[in-house]
Amino acid sequence: MTMYLPIYVIIAAVLSGCMGAEPWVKPYERGNLADPVMQFDRDPVSSMYMNHVHEAREGARGASGSAGGGCGCN
Amino acid sequence: MRITSLNALIFVAVVLPLPANAAVLPEDRVDVLYHAYSGGGVEVTGPSILVRKSLGANVSFAANYYVDDITSASIDVVTQGSPYTEDRTEVSLAADLVYGDTTFGVGSANSEENDYSGSNYWFGVTQDFFGGLSTLSFGYGRASDEVRKNGTPTFKQAIERRNYRLGLTQVLTKNALLGITFETITDEGFLNNPYRSYRFLDAASAIGYSYALEAYPGTRTSNAASLRGLYFLEPRSSIYAEYRYYSDDWEIKAHDIELGYTRALSNSWLFDVGYRYYTQTGADFFSNMFARRDEQNFMGRDKELSPFDSHTLSFGFSYQFLPNGFGKIESGSLNIYYDRIMSSYDEYTNNSPGTTLATEQLFEFDANVLRAYFSIGF
Repeated sequence: MTMYLPIYVIIAAVLSGCMGAEPWVKPYERGNLADPVMQFDRDPVSSMYMNHVHEAREGARGASGSAGGGCGCN
Repeated sequence: MRITSLNALIFVAVVLPLPANAAVLPEDRVDVLYHAYSGGGVEVTGPSILVRKSLGANVSFAANYYVDDITSASIDVVTQGSPYTEDRTEVSLAADLVYGDTTFGVGSANSEENDYSGSNYWFGVTQDFFGGLSTLSFGYGRASDEVRKNGTPTFKQAIERRNYRLGLTQVLTKNALLGITFETITDEGFLNNPYRSYRFLDAASAIGYSYALEAYPGTRTSNAASLRGLYFLEPRSSIYAEYRYYSDDWEIKAHDIELGYTRALSNSWLFDVGYRYYTQTGADFFSNMFARRDEQNFMGRDKELSPFDSHTLSFGFSYQFLPNGFGKIESGSLNIYYDRIMSSYDEYTNNSPGTTLATEQLFEFDANVLRAYFSIGF
């Protein structure tokens, strides 16, 4: 138990530090991130189709495309 | 369920005092896509139309209409049946509600073809942290499908499916993005194709083997994890990399790696080029040839369950018209993308008419995939 205590302390310290953290990329530094070339899924209608092409022909499925949502489609 | 969920969102949007939004709703847009797949004797074409419209500052609705027009003379079909055509139509509705740094989403979809119906719904929560530099999301989906068999009106089987998805998108620096996604999917029900057969050695047959209907396990659970990154380069361009690992309790394990490069050729033109490698092991009940009929409890000869790998090369252009907008239109683009998928199978052989057991070669095929679409943002 005594071995784990410092780990909890470290985690708590990190979390409490993070909650009050200043954004490490300032709003005025986000121009490149807002560029269309920096979108994981620039056009959802297109990436949804390619996911469908892959899943219909491969054994693997899931964890592709944008995070979030959770369409249960086959 | 769909109506209830959408009504609930509208109720929340109207009744609750909403704080100033830090999370951002997706932009209003219309996308009209034509897709065409051709390979392995299968042709699939059709439209996909996506419309997204916000209602006030907090709610956005989306609707998608998707069609597959299928003409199939695949290796399964030419060896076990006769070529066929069919349509699959899918309609989905979704809604997103922004509340401060949180986005709630619900949706539902229905898919119909002459021997298969699918319906599902999902909901998700996305939370921004650290001024939008970290985005954590959770999604849950549930599907109920009905499998039918043409020519056998009494054949009706059900599938229940659930999926659980957890994702993190992280801004690392002013030029770098990272995405991590985990997804677990469980299936229960009739999971095989009611038409497909496996092969077994049969000395009484002139060709040396006979066919019998496949039998799959009644459950399947899969886990997948992906890691992807985007990095901004000068002149205006980006490089993309993704790795995904997949495993399930049918003993399929898969890896895929994707690399991409996007380059702005001018203010109006974007160019994309990419490569994807995919490889998988076979399911533990897959065999290209069983020793005898009913050799084991579960038997399949679906090439999707065979060990195989594929290489995909892709490229495309996007032309941004109306960069300064026009009236209520904020932006527009015309896009065309081409993918060539080259698949090689390690155990599944080509036993199309004219071959014999002695002359069968490992199956391989190339496919061409076209996406042509326009997008308008409002």
